[in-house]
Amino acid sequence: MRIAVVATCLADSLFPEVVKATVGLLERLGHTVVFPQAQVCCGQMHVNTGYLKEALPVVRHHVDTFEAADFDVAVAPSGSCVGSIRHQQGMVARRGGDDALAERAEALASRTYELSELLVDVLGVTDVGAYFPHRVTYHPTCHSLRMLRVGDKPLQLLREVRGMDLVELPDADQCCGFGGTFALKNPDVSTAMLADKMSNVLSTKAEMCSAGDASCLMHIGGGLSRLKTGVRTVHLAQILASTTERAFV
Amino acid sequence: MSTFLGVPMRRSRDAESPIRGTETFPHAAKRAVNDTQLRRNLGRATATIRGKRQAVVDEMPDWEALRDSGSAIKAQVMADLPALLEQLEANVIARGGVVHWAVDAAEANRIVTQIVTATGADEVVKVKSMATQEIGLNEYLEEHGIAAVETDLAELIVQLGHDKPSHILVPAIHRGRAEVREIFLREMADAPEDLTDEPRMLAMAARTHLRRKFLSAKVAISGTNFAIADTGTLSVVESEGNGRMCLTLPETLITVMGIEKILPTFTDLEVFLQLLPRSSTGERMNPYTSLWTGVTPGDGPQEFHLILLDNGRTNALADEIGRAALHCIRCSACLNVCPVYERAGGHAYGSVYPGPIGAVLTPQLTGIHGHHDVNSTLPYASSLCGACFDACPVKIDIPSLLVELRGRAVDSDRGHGLPTGWDGAMKAAAWVMSDEKRFTNAQKGLAAGRLIARKGQITTLPFPLSAWTGSRNIPAPPTQTSRQWFAETHSATDAGKDRS
Repeated sequence: MRIAVVATCLADSLFPEVVKATVGLLERLGHTVVFPQAQVCCGQMHVNTGYLKEALPVVRHHVDTFEAADFDVAVAPSGSCVGSIRHQQGMVARRGGDDALAERAEALASRTYELSELLVDVLGVTDVGAYFPHRVTYHPTCHSLRMLRVGDKPLQLLREVRGMDLVELPDADQCCGFGGTFALKNPDVSTAMLADKMSNVLSTKAEMCSAGDASCLMHIGGGLSRLKTGVRTVHLAQILASTTERAFV
Repeated sequence: MSTFLGVPMRRSRDAESPIRGTETFPHAAKRAVNDTQLRRNLGRATATIRGKRQAVVDEMPDWEALRDSGSAIKAQVMADLPALLEQLEANVIARGGVVHWAVDAAEANRIVTQIVTATGADEVVKVKSMATQEIGLNEYLEEHGIAAVETDLAELIVQLGHDKPSHILVPAIHRGRAEVREIFLREMADAPEDLTDEPRMLAMAARTHLRRKFLSAKVAISGTNFAIADTGTLSVVESEGNGRMCLTLPETLITVMGIEKILPTFTDLEVFLQLLPRSSTGERMNPYTSLWTGVTPGDGPQEFHLILLDNGRTNALADEIGRAALHCIRCSACLNVCPVYERAGGHAYGSVYPGPIGAVLTPQLTGIHGHHDVNSTLPYASSLCGACFDACPVKIDIPSLLVELRGRAVDSDRGHGLPTGWDGAMKAAAWVMSDEKRFTNAQKGLAAGRLIARKGQITTLPFPLSAWTGSRNIPAPPTQTSRQWFAETHSATDAGKDRS
């Protein structure tokens, strides 16, 4: 299959290893990956901060870029960005009075998937041949869980990883407190939420905390690093891409 | 032509009220987050209710169908509201009641006071009611020489403590039992001197105190959970039975209801009497459900007044998207599952309607008047985690409403005064993020972050990013972005360079 990668502005700029792992995994599974070079952002930050008018050109650029590219399906290593593509882009375009753009955005969204959805639902695999010899706990991010309803798909994939000790995270479905610009607009509440998430992560004695969103991991990892806990973060894609020959961390 | 003289004065329409506080949400929440006792009280209480609710929801095979029904009935109510209200009015009058229409809090308070004054009473007993909290009725009555006694145990604790409710269902959720004992000893004249902080002893003291009030009260004031248009029936759903006392013993009963609390038919109660107790107290059924229709000669209050309260509701109703907030049945399930409410507590919202539903309902009732209005910060009091939407028994899509209201908050500022820092940052970001050349140039600028990083982490950034680095590190930007890596390692075709 010809798969376009939606790198997401955050992973592209700050966490390229997440995109490398996504590409590496899909190529190892025998697919052709394309990276539309003009891509930038889905517009979620603007939408969730209330700047829906400003989000419009960002959404238009995303739609123009991916419409012009030649691929069967698109994948993003982020539940949050796919959530925005699927549930917000059309609304932003309609609110901006561009119904045609809304329809184009929705058509594109219908073939854009979050990584675990792509693997389990579209490609039909749960054992991706990964090897990851670490003790890991998994945080199911809010938008994967409640916007996309990925359910236990990420866990189905993680349970098949060889060498990995997967430990359950207490109160896993509780938000880590990131929430995009929420972390800046309400830093005290955000940090209080993060503190509880970190305490749950530490209680698992895991070496690494995993998730399907680089943004939530940036938040959890930023806290774990500040407290010098020694616990690292790792994206779902990095675990699934890792083999006995090559580790993606 | 007017001259700009610095910081704009707060407009009078932004005056403090039971649904508009004096501080922004982040400011008020900061204090709550630093109160470790409050955090413990709230954490424990919300976790307990969450667990109870989940258990009684999970045992229902048709819970999702019930939610769909509740949502559909409420959507129909909003579509037919004017006709349903007139039907309710006609049926209440036909059964011997009197109906009053109040456009705002001031008018509702005035009507209630006139009715009470006409009876000659100087004390009234009250059933727990959000509508009367919303209009500040107790304070208004007090100013007019009428003492209003709250008879719901938690409301009584709040009232005696000269406090404000912090939860829709459990208004004293922020108080521990030792504090309740102190409040009773200080404020309740007939509290026993040897009162302990044992819950049973506290409840007994309140019971004795309230019995005297029930037996002497001539007038009761209530809200209603559901008003039935086709029969003119009002209802109160409660746990303690104190509401039942108020609804049956006094000679005069005054009910204040928000106009959205209506249901078309009596059979619609079947859906809501399943949804409400399971969502709010986590019970299969609440202990007391009182229904009354007008006046019944020789039984119960012989004078019944119904006050239909608008107070901003028709503004919300006129809004295609915002009107969904009027579907709320005040169960407070969204408060109990909200990670923000759990840490910030109810007072931080500055409104008698706190939590996720408060964050969408309050700003619609008051309107948002620019970024100087403290209520403009309420739609931002959420990480948009979506737990509230999943818990809502009438399926109000609170996260989408929050986003919509954020849009309104920003739009209400456009063209007025100086742009805020956020306006500038977001406009610049939109310019950068709608073009790949501008974006890749910005990424090059980001690389400067490596200079201030230590061991791969940035630990301090200037304002406003200091809000992040106050408690969190951020990794140093990498030497290569993923798009650079892909272009280097893949063919020009796959790298999307074939389109000229």
